[in-house]
Amino acid sequence: MSELADTARPVIRRGLKLQWEQPQNAYVLLYPEGQLLLNQSAAEILKRCDGVRTVADIIADIERTHSLSGIGPDVTAFVALALEQRWVEVHA
Amino acid sequence: MNAAPPSAALTPRLPLWLLLELTYRCPLHCVFCYNPTEFAKTGAELATADWIRVLREARALGSVQLGLSGGEPLVREDLETLVAEAHALGYYINLITSGVGMTAARIAALKAAGLDHIQLSFQDSTRVMNDFLSSTRTFELKEKVAELIRSHGYPMVLNVVLHRLNIDHVGEILDMAERMGAEYVELANTQYYGWAWLNRAQLMPSRAQLERAEEVTRRFRARLGNRMKIYFVVPDYFETRPKPCMNGLGSVFLALAPDGTAMPCHAARMLPGLTLPNVREQSVREIWYDSPAFNRFRGEAWMKEPCRSCPERGKDFGGCRCQAYLLTGDPDNADPVCELSPHHHLVTEAVMRAEQAAAAEGEGTPAAPLVFRDHRVSIPVVVATENAARR
Repeated sequence: MSELADTARPVIRRGLKLQWEQPQNAYVLLYPEGQLLLNQSAAEILKRCDGVRTVADIIADIERTHSLSGIGPDVTAFVALALEQRWVEVHA
Repeated sequence: MNAAPPSAALTPRLPLWLLLELTYRCPLHCVFCYNPTEFAKTGAELATADWIRVLREARALGSVQLGLSGGEPLVREDLETLVAEAHALGYYINLITSGVGMTAARIAALKAAGLDHIQLSFQDSTRVMNDFLSSTRTFELKEKVAELIRSHGYPMVLNVVLHRLNIDHVGEILDMAERMGAEYVELANTQYYGWAWLNRAQLMPSRAQLERAEEVTRRFRARLGNRMKIYFVVPDYFETRPKPCMNGLGSVFLALAPDGTAMPCHAARMLPGLTLPNVREQSVREIWYDSPAFNRFRGEAWMKEPCRSCPERGKDFGGCRCQAYLLTGDPDNADPVCELSPHHHLVTEAVMRAEQAAAAEGEGTPAAPLVFRDHRVSIPVVVATENAARR
């Protein structure tokens, strides 16, 4: 898995779409001819991958919103996975 | 019917994936087209208002993945209107196109309307083969369309249908894709339905060709990695287990033909004894949940042996119903691609005959004339067993 800096600004890849689907009662990530059904933590992270927030911002924002702490490594690992799976990209 | 296993498997899920075949009209005449060989005899296309009603009804049931296909969907002058409506409803919209009919003005309008994704098909890497296989002169035009797709910020996604006449060009095809800046390339080996079924003997590659193509693909993957993702879809006939076709019919996929006929898979029109409902007469809800056609292959009660007691039946659902029908004459049989099927020899024999034909042929010269997709020709479906009986 590639190194992921806290300062990286991940963004949902072009051609993909993240949205809430009431009939499935979940966030889904849509791509041609398929979808990824997201659990709550994956959705909380991907919702914040807007190309503006850094990984550090995303961690801080989720911790603040949900009164959590120490989730940094998990978030970073998930964003790295999302990068590898080409759900998100990082602009230099 | 009382022997059927209770509830769970029979409760339909949501029709997440909606495919609209907006028209059977197409400027190309591809020999491997899966459209029905009798498409010329089908009824009039739905009007814009009908398609919009279908989009609304399906979305209310949970459809979210929308494929716009055909024929060539760009032939429909209301494509932009339909895309705008679908976008407003919250669909993810994928246009499946040959590119013929795409212009700078149209792609800009489609983008503005909310089109999410474009999948462009190529028949080959060379103008001569592309134009021969589609019986048109479209190669340069497609290259221009690829440029339009890129310049409008869409990922460049190519689909190339492979078969005996072009599979040896996989290296050139992937070179072309790389030059075009493709992010995804789908090398989809021909599936034998529709026009491809008619041309099966001429299109089936040999095992040696297939292995060479896979080797070339591996080399490209090793060199390009994530920069250009390559999907290599192995032809069914070379497998020993069937594909989980449509995740089971009536599970997640709903296709509509140009005349409004609703189908649990895009080839289902050929299945005997299946009275397909039409959106002109019934709501999408009635069609999905209540119609006999969509319930016909739900659950496992319809299965025969060896599927019925097979530990893998929940994984592949017995494979493809259309393939079972075309090859054995009975859509309830196991897909003969499966080596556990008593009909598996029909598949291995077809491959063997293709091997022999390929060996006998001079390079690129088909043994028998290919049948090009044509609206002036209407050819009834003939299953393999009838074919064999006639000989």
